[in-house]
Amino acid sequence: MELSAISSNLLYASFFIYLIATFIFGATVKMTNEKTNKKLGNAGIGLTIVGFITQIGYFITRWIAAGHAPVSNLFEFMTFFGMMLVFGFIVLFLIYRITLLGLFALPVALLVIAYASMFPTEISPLVPSLKSHWLYIHVTTAALGQAILAISFAAGLIYLIRQVNQEKATKRTRWLEFVLFALMSALGYIVVASGFGAADYKTVFEAPVNEQMTEITYEMPAIAGPNDGELVTEGAFGPLFETPGWMQGVNAPVKFNTIIWSLMAGLVIYGLLRLILRKRIAKSIQPLLKSASPRLVDEVSYRSVAIGFPVFTLGAIIFASIWAQEAWDRFWGWDPKEVWALITWLFYAAFLHLRLTRGWEGERSAWLAVIGFAIIMFNLLAVNLIISGLHSYA
Amino acid sequence: MSGKTIKKKKKRLIFRSTLLVIMLSLVVFAVASAFQEDGVSVEEGETAPNFALKKFGTDETVELKDYRGKGVMINFWATYCEPCKDEMPYMEKLYPKYKKKGVEILAINLDTTDIVVEQFMREYQLTFPILQDKDGQVMNLYNIGPIPSTLFIGPDGKIEETVIGPLTLDKLEGHLQDITPSS
Amino acid sequence: MSKITCECGHVNPEGTVLCEACGKPFEANQHLNNNKPEQLLNMRYDGSARRSQTYQRTFIDKTWNFFSSVKIGVSIIIVIVIASALGTIFPQEMYLPPGSDPSTHYKDQYGILGQIYYQLGFHNLYSSWWYLLLLAMLGISIVIASIDRFVPLYKTLRKQKPKRHPNFMKKQRIFGETDSGNIDYKKLKANLKSKRYNLYEEDGNILAEKNRFSRWGPYVNHIGLIIVLLGAMLRFVPAMYMDEFLWVREGETKQIVGTDGIYYMKNKDFILETYDMEDEGNSQFRESLQKQSAPVPENYQTNAVIYKRTDLPVVPGKEPELKKVKEAEARVNHPIPLENGISLYQASYQLNEFSSMTFKLHDKGDEESNYGEFTVDLIEPKDEYELENGTTVKLERYFPEFELEDGEPKQVSKFPRNPAFIFEVDAPGEEPEVSFAGIGVNIDASGNNDYKLGLTNFETRDVTGLTVKKDYTLPIIAVGAAIFMIGVIQGMYWNHRRIWIQPKGAGVWVAGHTNKNWFALKKDIDRTLEGTGIDFPVDQQEEKDAEERRKDDGIISD
Repeated sequence: MELSAISSNLLYASFFIYLIATFIFGATVKMTNEKTNKKLGNAGIGLTIVGFITQIGYFITRWIAAGHAPVSNLFEFMTFFGMMLVFGFIVLFLIYRITLLGLFALPVALLVIAYASMFPTEISPLVPSLKSHWLYIHVTTAALGQAILAISFAAGLIYLIRQVNQEKATKRTRWLEFVLFALMSALGYIVVASGFGAADYKTVFEAPVNEQMTEITYEMPAIAGPNDGELVTEGAFGPLFETPGWMQGVNAPVKFNTIIWSLMAGLVIYGLLRLILRKRIAKSIQPLLKSASPRLVDEVSYRSVAIGFPVFTLGAIIFASIWAQEAWDRFWGWDPKEVWALITWLFYAAFLHLRLTRGWEGERSAWLAVIGFAIIMFNLLAVNLIISGLHSYA
Repeated sequence: MSGKTIKKKKKRLIFRSTLLVIMLSLVVFAVASAFQEDGVSVEEGETAPNFALKKFGTDETVELKDYRGKGVMINFWATYCEPCKDEMPYMEKLYPKYKKKGVEILAINLDTTDIVVEQFMREYQLTFPILQDKDGQVMNLYNIGPIPSTLFIGPDGKIEETVIGPLTLDKLEGHLQDITPSS
Repeated sequence: MSKITCECGHVNPEGTVLCEACGKPFEANQHLNNNKPEQLLNMRYDGSARRSQTYQRTFIDKTWNFFSSVKIGVSIIIVIVIASALGTIFPQEMYLPPGSDPSTHYKDQYGILGQIYYQLGFHNLYSSWWYLLLLAMLGISIVIASIDRFVPLYKTLRKQKPKRHPNFMKKQRIFGETDSGNIDYKKLKANLKSKRYNLYEEDGNILAEKNRFSRWGPYVNHIGLIIVLLGAMLRFVPAMYMDEFLWVREGETKQIVGTDGIYYMKNKDFILETYDMEDEGNSQFRESLQKQSAPVPENYQTNAVIYKRTDLPVVPGKEPELKKVKEAEARVNHPIPLENGISLYQASYQLNEFSSMTFKLHDKGDEESNYGEFTVDLIEPKDEYELENGTTVKLERYFPEFELEDGEPKQVSKFPRNPAFIFEVDAPGEEPEVSFAGIGVNIDASGNNDYKLGLTNFETRDVTGLTVKKDYTLPIIAVGAAIFMIGVIQGMYWNHRRIWIQPKGAGVWVAGHTNKNWFALKKDIDRTLEGTGIDFPVDQQEEKDAEERRKDDGIISD
């Protein structure tokens, strides 16, 4: 078997191992016997570590096959980010031994890895600006920093579901449902994209882009067609309406259409769950989290920011600057990715100051952890996909 | 309040004031620098920086400092510059008269191809010295942006006037008079 | 308003919340740390007297107090975050495609929103005066807030005594009473020492403390940030920073701008390599390359020769005498270093600028006929060219880059990007003929020429674009960044832990505090108390939480 094939198989394997581990962590929720709980926790973390080693196997084999560190495009970066999320979880689990954390951190990692595989997965060559040792020094450290910060989101989410009063609908319960809905939209995107991908769905349009007729290929049925576009594929579905004209670029209508599909799929999943459960999702999960000590969960959330912040600074700001100085002759150039790294950094700096000197603990701190994760994901995806800049390699 | 406390408070006020003044001046410096236009041309009233350029079609090198005591008009031009074509005849017309009065015209050409300049000189029958600055070194030295740009340098070597854009005959004569050495 | 003398005899500065020596809460100042009688003590800055909280007299004091507030500091951060995000909605002016006019580009590309964006000046947001001012305000806030907190905290921690006031002990988050028993102080001390605690004793009262240095982390990292900001500011000093651009054509030797005329470079060759799908070494990329519509670049490189001028002092414009310094390659990620911190970076290129053109003289009606060929060097063309059959071709006019304006050829630049020529063909014994030749144009001036000049061949050369960069602020910024990292690690990866032990009658009181990571502190305490006969203290906060939860559950189940 070819090395690259072994590599992808290892990635699949690790994905399923994480999945099984998630279920094991899930099983601890219903257990009241402390002894079995501990055993299950050990099994869960053991399996997670096995999965992590398997994924390292993927990483190393792909590195050998490619001849460069596999962190050079969105697929590679996101799988690595997922791997670092698992690593961050393992570290924090070994410190605090909270099995619930596995039930929240691992699904986030799974979602990230599955999301990654929606992008082109071929091994791609490096353009000249990426040919540097700083590629893996900067990218891996930045990803590790972001991943540890993301653990604080997982802990923050546990805290919020555990603590937000669900007796009646409030602004807080609605926002919490919105966070869950956002996660389901990500899941929805994966389901829809893999579904149409497996069916090899294609619709072709012709539309004017910068006053030139260009062919635009949709890989999902076109709900929103290109502005002034003409359907080329015969008998294809849609479009129901056109993408607004102010969304510029060849890919804008496709991206817009994808976002609509993701939100719809998210809505369907969310709606189905609501129908089955007959109450707010968070409210249904809440009783399962009774055993968790909110103060400890809050500390885990804070601790991961405290550990992740220096790593993030080193990787995403300092190493990034050193490389930028070498490759682009300036260490800071206000490229959108750089700006959003700065925004992330400033945000977590504000988080720490609010917590340390203004006593923002517990719920406020948890909300901040959620916003921080949203900023990280925005920088990871939106800046690459929507705002173009020097970093758009995907 | 004891004398010690008052003294302490005074010390604190001085410390705070000093630090605030230092930081405020740093901020003013930063904001002011950010707003300074870079690439300001060589200032009027300053001594014109020296340069040495080859006279077109010869092996002779012309150095600015050798013209101390004379008035010097430096004109930056190129064959592909349309307004330059308009003012060249005025320069040609006034050149013999002012050369006698002690004013030299140095027309610094910025083309890279000799034959183009040659053909231009032939077409406009230019007799004043053309200097060649193929690399644009002197142009950079004087921070010249658009061409034509003209500098009038007095006998003392100081820049009297900088003109960006083409000159009319009257204006040209007026500036030349300003830099004519008094006999 | 004056100093506070504590019952333990220690004299505290005004504004003190907890006595520096014994920790007794001063009733009148509890509001400064938002302490409530029934709650645990807020241990911010160890209850030291933050100066900003006390005097507010003069304008200077008010300004100082404004910047000293963490609330203000965080607000400034949030404003910077929002402003920075605004700047990424549309590209900044510096990232527009070369040659585009910002006044129309934003409107054309992004419509009315783009127009508003441009008119608000957001296209140059990060160099706007107000953004700079925000950064400056953050800098000032960092300086003042740090001074106001570091000084009193440092003094308090230095003056702290092992013997603490009972109210201080009882209101710690970790607190426990052991009424009586056989207490093994020796073992306790040994345990604490083995956990690397420093022990201070006073009348049998013990203070075990470790990692006090981690409390200085925030101030150390703030110093680093200030150094970075000062370094960035120094870029405005012209001697510290230079950013120039240099175009050099292949074969050309050019003065390197920004080096005061000392350095020259020759562009021997500009190389653009793309990934070759057929190459065995690229087999792993084949699938990816097949998907690409354009070739994927593999390398941009300038093979350069660096020269130094020997005829000093430099007279600008004078033909230089050059001495070769070195041959070097500038590639992306691999700049060429010159002396004095100046480096050449491979930044841009233009491919295929014409360097020479070859013409053939033939009969107007017959492309096959051939009266001879000649090659025109486009940099230094000759006046006339002799052909083999004795015909001379005179170059009457040369336009390196031409445009037709009202039927007249006009020269628009000095670079041979679109060359055109007026030739006069003098065949022996025949009338001279004039023709105009260029790329895609061949005009017969009189309309009855016998001969025609056809373009048969041309050669091109590439132009490399290099940035010439000097940045003496880099070491300063690097030092600042290093100090920041040290500070932030010092503050985040270590925690200041203290355990107080007070004999009370036959028993003992234990209290503990840490600035972060209570989990680890509790573990420390559990381990050190093991086998000493002292009961484990409780986390009063957790107890309170649990009680509240029980109350809540009670309500829910009702």
